[in-house]
Amino acid sequence: MTADAVAAELRSGMTVGIGGWGSRRKPMALVRAICRSELANLTIVSYGGPDVGLLLAASKVRKLVYGFVSLDSIPLEPHFRAARQSGAIQDAEYDEGMLQWGLYAAACRLPFLPTRAGLGSDVLRVNPDLRTVRSPYADSEELLAVPAIHLDAALIHASRADPYGNAQFLGPDPYFDDLFCMAAERAYVSCERVIPTPELTATAPVQTLRIQRWMVAGVVEAPRGAHFTSCDPDYGRDEWFQRLYASAAADAAAWAEFSANFLDRDEAGYQAAVASGHAAAPDAP
Amino acid sequence: MTGCSVAGGTAPGDPVASPATTSEVCIVACAEAWRGDGEILASPIGVVPTIAARLARATFEPDLLLTDEEALLGQGTWAIGGRPEVVEGWLPYRLIFDLIYNGTRHVMMSPSQIDLHGNVNISAIGDFGRPKAALLGVRGAPGNTVNHPTSYWIPRHSPRTFVARVDMVSGIGYDRAAQAGPSASRFHDLRRVVSNLGVFDFATAERAMRLVSMHPGVGIDEIQAATGFELTVPPDVPQTPQPSAEELHLIRTVIDPGGRRRSEVPQ
Repeated sequence: MTADAVAAELRSGMTVGIGGWGSRRKPMALVRAICRSELANLTIVSYGGPDVGLLLAASKVRKLVYGFVSLDSIPLEPHFRAARQSGAIQDAEYDEGMLQWGLYAAACRLPFLPTRAGLGSDVLRVNPDLRTVRSPYADSEELLAVPAIHLDAALIHASRADPYGNAQFLGPDPYFDDLFCMAAERAYVSCERVIPTPELTATAPVQTLRIQRWMVAGVVEAPRGAHFTSCDPDYGRDEWFQRLYASAAADAAAWAEFSANFLDRDEAGYQAAVASGHAAAPDAP
Repeated sequence: MTGCSVAGGTAPGDPVASPATTSEVCIVACAEAWRGDGEILASPIGVVPTIAARLARATFEPDLLLTDEEALLGQGTWAIGGRPEVVEGWLPYRLIFDLIYNGTRHVMMSPSQIDLHGNVNISAIGDFGRPKAALLGVRGAPGNTVNHPTSYWIPRHSPRTFVARVDMVSGIGYDRAAQAGPSASRFHDLRRVVSNLGVFDFATAERAMRLVSMHPGVGIDEIQAATGFELTVPPDVPQTPQPSAEELHLIRTVIDPGGRRRSEVPQ
């Protein structure tokens, strides 16, 4: 399917989980398709990076569930900062491990999973709906009960996939993409290349097949679909473009120009504009 | 199992080293945080802690585990921005979380605010609902501080970073751990705080921040004036140790030949 077809299967008000981590292997082509769509009032669950930034800039987000939002090599995400500082969105700020537990609880069809993470911190103050649970065993420890985070949809980006949804990561870290897929009613995988099933294990070990077809509702071939985040080993983060993005985000007029140059077009137009930007910029690799 | 790493050494032909800078004193003070930790993951966040962790392993703590700052565990001593020569393990984020829950880790983070009892903030300055400055989010700080040893590196010691009350408790201090009960305090262990002015710990009856040592050229009055709460100051506070010739060699020529350490510390 296409990225726009994925966006067309979503509905306003849905809870959407996004895989990857920070500015690493984010399903940016799918995010860009949502930004072009009529969707609104989404709840976004993410180890956040520019996926969150772009969706905030496009006014698609009602509520954010996150442990952090960062561009990694640029620590603070400008659209996230602006949205938080204007009070424009609802927040559920969790410890990173709480987010993992919430997704895993949903994946396992459990109401919650217990953890120490969060105890004593202001995460409990700013999320007053969180509850603790007492161990029924002799230790009788009181632990935080992280509620299951059910997703209507999950979006992830993989290195390779076959047409049936068996997807492969070739980089060093699978992140939590499998948990996002399993926590979701429907998961959509974009990938660098769709290849026949036998080719998945022709040159890579079977352990790279982290995502299985039973988790996946749709596959999108999206070359450079994680741009400008990293997608090792196919490409690293586009630091030049990320700097351009971050500096444009700090100023309304600059953001309007950045949007006109790169975002107000389809995916092919975006990739072409990025390529000509690189060709024209002497400091861009 | 221990004994996997080879300690670095001083090159015999080193020229006479110039005196240690503040950043180099801070690196050695940060490295000390991991002394005695043995075979655990040292997780340094930031340039000075990263140099410090590699220095600790190259000298007095050879069994530490270190990552390449992505998903690989490396052996040996390699430069900032470089890659380890030998990969000894795979450590994606999922497995780092397992190490956290297992307690096999000692993190050094760089918070924007810290208070008397060691609560820290990396999330937001001002009111959480509509902050003056949104920062990163709490990240792993809540879970880190209740699961395994934690230390802090604060390159700019001032009343804005050492505050009476942090705005959003991300990593928890001793008072919060005690209030939250045994499940929060059981593995809570704040080891040391290093700033550009001195070294601190929480080894008092009230578990309040105590001055351990002052960096060369820094006085008690300067440290107290830069701190937004009353520090415990024992009699006869020593000076923070100067780096040895071996440590300076490792910092300057092996781990940080490009001088990245200078970008993090005001001189």
